[in-house]
Amino acid sequence: MNSSIGMHITRFILLVLLQVLILNHINFLNYINPYAYLLFILLYPISNNRQLFIFISFLLGLTIDLFSDSGGIHAAASVTAAYTRPLFLKFAFGTSYEHQTVKISTSDFGQRLTYFTLVVVLHHLVLFSLEVFSSSHIILTLKKTLFSSIFTILLCLIFTVLFTRNTK
Amino acid sequence: MQQIINFILRNRSFLLFALLFGVSLFLTIQSHTYHKSKFINSANFLSGNIYKTTHGISQYFDLKIQNEILSEENKKLRQLLYSKDAADPDSVSLDSFTYTSPYRFSKASVIKNSFGLLNNYITLNKGQKDSVYQDYGVISSNGIVGIVDQTSAKFSRVMSILNSKSRINAQLKKTNHFGTLKWEGKSPELVQLVDIPKQAPVQKGDTIITGGRSTIFPKGIPIGSVVSFEMDETGNYFIVQVKLFNDMTNLGHVYIIKNLDTEEINTLETQNEQ
Repeated sequence: MNSSIGMHITRFILLVLLQVLILNHINFLNYINPYAYLLFILLYPISNNRQLFIFISFLLGLTIDLFSDSGGIHAAASVTAAYTRPLFLKFAFGTSYEHQTVKISTSDFGQRLTYFTLVVVLHHLVLFSLEVFSSSHIILTLKKTLFSSIFTILLCLIFTVLFTRNTK
Repeated sequence: MQQIINFILRNRSFLLFALLFGVSLFLTIQSHTYHKSKFINSANFLSGNIYKTTHGISQYFDLKIQNEILSEENKKLRQLLYSKDAADPDSVSLDSFTYTSPYRFSKASVIKNSFGLLNNYITLNKGQKDSVYQDYGVISSNGIVGIVDQTSAKFSRVMSILNSKSRINAQLKKTNHFGTLKWEGKSPELVQLVDIPKQAPVQKGDTIITGGRSTIFPKGIPIGSVVSFEMDETGNYFIVQVKLFNDMTNLGHVYIIKNLDTEEINTLETQNEQ
């Protein structure tokens, strides 16, 4: 148990540093950035303590905000992603989620892709709606959501493939 | 009472979510008001020091380009110095940094820069200890960069001109028609100059400089050149697309401008309003 808490703290710090020092400066085509810190929310173990999870996600978003001078947009988006995660888990993994036996590392690729896509798109939609903060620029919001989501999902999939232990 | 407690216990996840979402929404809205985002900004101890450390490493990568920019600026200043000398040796003081001028310059390094968001901020390695305070102007060797918006002891946060909230007084170089410089958030190379009256003789390639109407920037700092212009909906004003002289995606060394007369001008202007 202790080692898993240590692992989560390390993952939290590493992902924040990766995000603010490298990924925030990619600026592909001037505005497309991946937000790979979402991996923390995606891979957080499915436990009963939802409140703690929501609170940690809030802290994660707030830390990113602190570094990127963006008010509270990352915090809001992360909290939303954390709160709605069980819904998407249920949708993507079906009955195995209800029996609490889901393991992201051993799951089917299609199921994992569905789960990642749903969480990432919702997170980015909240994020960019709050960043743009105006309904007259809705096309800009959707455009940013679409392109950044593709980038984030790709990066998250690559990371999970690279960093999962081979159980065979 | 029992029922209320039961309700709270049953919906505690949702209530926590609503509470935290509300807090972040509050922070977001607060950050949209000028000078209000006190706590969540990159000019604090933690993020400032992390950015400073990584800047210490990454600055070596574009040392060559920064050196070229600095030597280019040296060349410009030297030309200015000698051409003035030849033209009229007695009437003007060679040193523009005289004590009759109300502007004081100090230098700083950019430790964090962003240009891909809608509201971009730059973090500098100078703060209150180096007497940098709110509303000081920031320029680079090629043109304006932004306005200081938050300061901590050792760092300061600059609202970049690439920020949808930024409003800077600017004018045409050849005439005195002035307008407001804004950014609509599309390209980090183009900013928009609005409210230029239609009588102004705007042409492609004209130079845009800062106007002397704000207390932040001295008059005449170059901003960019006109790429295109069109009438706005009312048909009375031009919207001018300005290409910046400055490469906002590659900032290294900048200068902070302090205006010693700000306080006096501000008290005078508020007196007039009363």
